[in-house]
Order: sequence, then C-alpha cells, then structure tokens
Amino acid sequence: MDKATISPLATYLAHLEQGRLAYQFSPDANAPVFFPRVICPTTGSDRLEWRTSAGFGTVYATTVVHPQNGPPYNVALIDVDEGFRMMSRVEDIQPEQVQIGIRVQFRVHRPGGDEPPCPVFIPMETA
Amino acid sequence: MMRGLQRGGAAIVGVAESDLGAVAALMSPIDLMAQGIQRALADCGLTLRDVDGLFCATTQARTSAMSLVEYLGLPNAYTDSTIVGGSSFEIHVAHAMAAIAAGLCSVAVITYGSTQRTVGRRAASVREYNPYETPFKPFLPATAYALAASRHMHQYGTTREQLAEVAVAARQWALLNPAAWEKKPLTVADVIAARPISDPFTVRDCCLVTDGGGAVIMTSVERAKTLKQPPIYVLGCGQSITHATISFMPDLTVTGAVEAGRQAYAMAGMTAKDIDIAELYDAFTLNTIMFLEDLGFCAKGEGGPFISGGRIAPGGAMPVNTNGGGLSYCHPGMYGLFLLIEAVRQLRGEGGKRQIDGCETAIVHGNGGVFSAQSTVILGTQATL
Repeated sequence: MDKATISPLATYLAHLEQGRLAYQFSPDANAPVFFPRVICPTTGSDRLEWRTSAGFGTVYATTVVHPQNGPPYNVALIDVDEGFRMMSRVEDIQPEQVQIGIRVQFRVHRPGGDEPPCPVFIPMETA
Repeated sequence: MMRGLQRGGAAIVGVAESDLGAVAALMSPIDLMAQGIQRALADCGLTLRDVDGLFCATTQARTSAMSLVEYLGLPNAYTDSTIVGGSSFEIHVAHAMAAIAAGLCSVAVITYGSTQRTVGRRAASVREYNPYETPFKPFLPATAYALAASRHMHQYGTTREQLAEVAVAARQWALLNPAAWEKKPLTVADVIAARPISDPFTVRDCCLVTDGGGAVIMTSVERAKTLKQPPIYVLGCGQSITHATISFMPDLTVTGAVEAGRQAYAMAGMTAKDIDIAELYDAFTLNTIMFLEDLGFCAKGEGGPFISGGRIAPGGAMPVNTNGGGLSYCHPGMYGLFLLIEAVRQLRGEGGKRQIDGCETAIVHGNGGVFSAQSTVILGTQATL
C-alpha cells in the first residue's frame, strides 16, 4: 500500500464541503463500504472507489433525544438507496413526526465555526 | 473460537462485591478491585499470595493491569486486561479458563471497580469523538438502544408497557436483595411517566449510575475441590463482536448473542431448555427482551409477550436477573462481573429471600458497547458435570 496522501475521513468531508454525500465502493466485494476506510472489510483489498450518492434514503430507526436543557431533537439511522446505512437526523419536521419507513433526501448542514459540514436529511415530500 | 476449551475445565470458587452504591470519597477503582479481591479470596479460603493470574478492566485506569499489579505487589502475575465494555468479564472467564488449562496461571482473579457515581459518568467514561455519529448528538449509550427499540417495536409490535414490565420485574427482584440500590416498589405506570431520555426510554428504562466493583476467583477443577465453597463449573463460553457503533450494527433487532449463545450451548451440550436461571446484562429494558430471544428462550420478536405477566419476575416460570439487575441493583459502568457473582450465589444456594429452588444451571450473558460485544458463559453445579 502506497503512503496515504489524504485520509478516508478527509476525502469524505471534502465531498461534503462540495455538497456531495460520498461513500466507497469495493469492486472486489461488489458492495458499498461505509464508513470510509483504507481497506475493504470483506476482501481486505485497498482497491476502493469513491462514489457519490444520489442522496435518497429511508428512515431505518428513529428516536427523540430529550436533553436536560434545550428542546428535544431527532436522531435517526438512514438506509441510503445505494446500500449503506448512516446516522443522521431528519430536519424540517417535528422530531416525533420522524417515522420508520419515510423517504428522505440528503442536504448539507453547515454548523459554521470550526465544525465540519454534516449530512442531514429532510422528508422527500418537502424537498 | 471456544473450541479449545473443555466443558467443566475450570471452576469459579470465590465471588464478592466491593462496596456498592455510593462509596467513600476518594476511593479509587483499584481500591474497589482490591476490596472485591480480598473478600472473594476470603470467600474461598485462598490468600493473595495464591493469586498468579489477574484479569481486569475499567474505564478509569488506562493500563489497569499495570495499576493492579503494582497495588497488589504481584509482579509475576499473568495479566489480561481485554476491554470490550460490560461483557469484558465474561470474556475474561474464557481467557482465564484457557490460561489455567495452558498452565499460564493456577489461581485467576477477574476483577472490576468503578467510582462513576462519585466522579460523574462523563469523567469515569470519556467518550471518543466519532465523526460519523458525534455531530448528531446521540445521548449514548441510551440513544443507540432506543434506536434498536424503535426497530423492535416496529417489526414485532413490542409495546411500551412490555418494556416497562422488564423494569418492574427487576425492581421486584431488587426488593428481595439487601445489597440493591433501589428500595421502593415500581409500577409500569411509574416507568412510562418517568423523565424521558431517548424515546421510547424514560430514566426507568435505563440502568442505574452507581459506584461498585467486585471479584471472581477461578481455578482448576482439582484445586477447586480442596477449597471452602462448592465449585461452580464453567460449562460453556462464547463470544461475538458484531460492531462498535450503532450505525454499523447489521440488524438492530438481532445481536451477537445468537452466535455467542450458540458457541456456549455447543460447548455445554445444552439448550435454553436446560437452563434454570438467566443473568442477562440489562443496560436498558430492551436488552432483557432481545437477549431472551437471541439466547433461545423464545422466538425472535416474541420477547415482549414472553416477559409479560410476571414470567421473569419473582415467582415466575423463568427467573431472570435475580439480583435486581443493572436496572435496580447496581450498575457501575461495566456491569458484567455482577452477573457472574449472582449466578454463582444462586448455584450455591446463597440467594436468601431471592433464592431459586433447585438451581443447577445458569446462563450469564454480558453485553458491551451498544449491543456490540456479546459474551455468554454457562455455569453449573457438580450435578451438571
């Protein structure tokens, strides 16, 4: 394996900066790989391609977190159509309205400051 | 992976808790380990100078085996500080069994200590930043298990009331255990009306935050027969680690307990039907339901109806978490050691008001991380050999 010039996370974040939800694909395993890493967990090969998701998915699991201070908020696991799952949240609707099975669409959330962009989702109907 | 271990190849001979609940100010996790070790050695009639194997884990000491060796003055001890969360101690049982069989040690101590109530949960267990989860502010570990609960309820119709019944059963057991933290009765309505944490869980669906520690002493079968207590034999062991973060758990309704249990049952030559009591790591109410399914006590998805009507409570057909569990007895961060202690006490007939009559076999199931590291140990009395 050649010396890495950019980490998997840095590549992922660079795509997010550009408004793209990126993931890896392992041609040898014929399967998506997420979270991004330096080798494929199925084959052990370092041959991993970067691909861009179309940004559509389905809510797989959902909860409303009730912090001691501040309003409740959603945390969800999203099954992205290209075949990988990720943690995120669904915005633009009340947290308790997020239901398993609803279709959602990716958008970039930019917290500002030193925080990197992160992928959030909104219901497809309002997209 | 447990193929090299022999059914009944080693025995647990001593068990003890350290101080529990809220311990004295400035007690350290290693102080609590030492308390547990001293009491567990007294339980079986061995002394510290007999100990030549140390198996330990704590989130509050980066190199816990080193700290423990220094504290105890055992420079030549065989050490193993494998740490995979709350199931570390069930894995230590398998590792200690292997070390005893290989002649690496003859008297193994498995020990834990935590002062998380005294120092605060955040200070006791610093959470690593995860770039794929932390930005979404999951309240971990509760949010991870809550996500799994959302799936279990969605796929199988498990109800809010069924989850609450697990907490009620644990509380009923705790009221029979003088060492338990919780002392007041609890109802299903109380659980549901409690402060919400991460839906569907309220604070009463979540394990306690206490201090505590303890120790378990293991040795060879030959040596076990010369000691004070009736030996409790390790009949089966298994483990499976399916993921580290909830985002990458393959199926949120099925845990590695399926594989860990399969290995342990195969080694023991048993099935769930042969088990008298179950000590299952109940970090959250959902855990008890899912582990009963995954360990074969009922079919997948039927855990909710299975636990209903007091089946796992005192007097029920299937005694589960007979000490009151992590939900009502104690939960000092990584609870797995206490499952072993309670199972041994029941198998010896030392359960007092909570003793199960004719208890000859126990399944102990440890859970680490967020349904991540699963480890099963099957224990039995002399009669099961």
